[in-house]
Amino acid sequence: MFAFCADPATLAGAPWLACYLTTGKHMLFYGAFLMVLGLLAITAPLALVFGFGGAMASRSSVAPLRWLGQAYIAMVRGVPDIVFFLFVPIALDQGLEWLRHQILCPDWTDPIRQGRDFVVCAAAKLPQSSAPAWVHSAYGFATAVFAFAVVFGAFAGNVLVGAMHAVPRAQLETAEAYGMTPRQVFARILVPQMWIYALPGLSNLWMILIKATPLLFLLGIPDIVYWARDLGGAKTSAFSYPHPDWRLWYFLALLVFYLGMTKVSETLLGRLTARLSYGQATAAGEALRKAAA
Amino acid sequence: MKTMKRLTMTLAAMALCASAAAAQSVVRMGTEGAYPPYNFINDKGEVDGFERELGDTLCQSAGLTCTWVTNDWDSIIPNLVSGNYDTIIAGMSITRERSKVIGFTQNYLPPALSAYAAASGDVDLAAAVIAAQTGTIQASHVAETGAMLLEFATGDEAVAAVRNGEADAVLGDKDFLAPIVTESGGELVWVGQDIALGDGIGIGVRKSDDRLRTTLDAAIAAMKQDGSLNAMITRWFGPDAPTF
Repeated sequence: MFAFCADPATLAGAPWLACYLTTGKHMLFYGAFLMVLGLLAITAPLALVFGFGGAMASRSSVAPLRWLGQAYIAMVRGVPDIVFFLFVPIALDQGLEWLRHQILCPDWTDPIRQGRDFVVCAAAKLPQSSAPAWVHSAYGFATAVFAFAVVFGAFAGNVLVGAMHAVPRAQLETAEAYGMTPRQVFARILVPQMWIYALPGLSNLWMILIKATPLLFLLGIPDIVYWARDLGGAKTSAFSYPHPDWRLWYFLALLVFYLGMTKVSETLLGRLTARLSYGQATAAGEALRKAAA
Repeated sequence: MKTMKRLTMTLAAMALCASAAAAQSVVRMGTEGAYPPYNFINDKGEVDGFERELGDTLCQSAGLTCTWVTNDWDSIIPNLVSGNYDTIIAGMSITRERSKVIGFTQNYLPPALSAYAAASGDVDLAAAVIAAQTGTIQASHVAETGAMLLEFATGDEAVAAVRNGEADAVLGDKDFLAPIVTESGGELVWVGQDIALGDGIGIGVRKSDDRLRTTLDAAIAAMKQDGSLNAMITRWFGPDAPTF
């Protein structure tokens, strides 16, 4: 990065450290922080959408839809995360490639499953093996987001079902007395009021999601914990910047990052709780009302 | 919601572009990237090491276009079988168990010597706690000897376990441990006899991918014949490393 970094072996002290911390590999490490933040920013709302869908389905009056929603929530909650993270992206990838194979290579005669091998024609590969590396990363990232959303969506779904049941029945009865249809009661009374009951459970999920990102490397995406382990590991003179085991320092940096994330999240969630408690028939809502009066 | 939609559209567009691109054959080389000097991520963030040089040379002589991919050691075989890359070139010894699942080319490194490194020379290897990388031939060897086995995700962590006293010794490829022991300044020493495990190190390919296996096989054979493979082994692993 700097001009004086041309020959790292001759450096010592601060210049060495400056060069060391700006190697291409460290840049990838710093980039991984952005990647993790990006993953959280996309996954959280998507998981909420999955959860909302699951919660609505599992409360549906249409029996098959109800079974589907309940099966989704029960299955994902019951299966270990790590199994899901190995299964969902590979299954999704193979499913998409299978579909493309059927469309793009109708003349193909070889079986797709050969023993343990999964073989589709070259044109059906997703992404193409000739695609640049960033396309592969983006594709891997997208499957990872999907896997995270499926898993966390199921947990969020269960939280939302609980929150929907927690809204006082009297509130809904009043709406019905005003002549609102069930759909209107749901959209105007139930959903706006349930968030305050869902928030503690959802905030738990958010905190767990922040810490779950090391699972990404199972999907071939190097995350911050992977880089910290790799960069911190003892380096022999095969590397330009040999050093002993420095994992402690790298993990300390991660600790600061995760604690910072926790602090920011708690502040924001605290504000959100206060905002949502406003006018609610809960103890927190009552306290707000008294403070204002 | 709008950003979500835009993202979905971008992804869809990407998928379209990908299918529009000519389906030329690019061989994706899968490696671990955490096993110097066999394969590692260098300070520029690129795959480097003996296997990088060997792989690039093989691809060039066989007229293949190759790109490099890193993957966790634990899931390196499932991802090959599922087609996420086409070869495993990651210091993987040819063993009977692995040959049941994937195909191997002929070996490009002779059966490598494995060695024990410990913090002190008087470790009783039969009764000690031995660290090894999980899923390696060394780990299964330790399990067979009856010593207490401690498994770690990477070789580096197995060595660190000896340094901090968690394990009494580490069993690993001698070529991997040699620079670590040499540069430890006496902190780590060799103990016991070197052992030859496995049938050498080969490139793993899908069993159904016979054409790629034959191509790489021929390229390795040619390199063995003209001596360039031996020269490369000596350059990366030193003059004492076994050659063909």
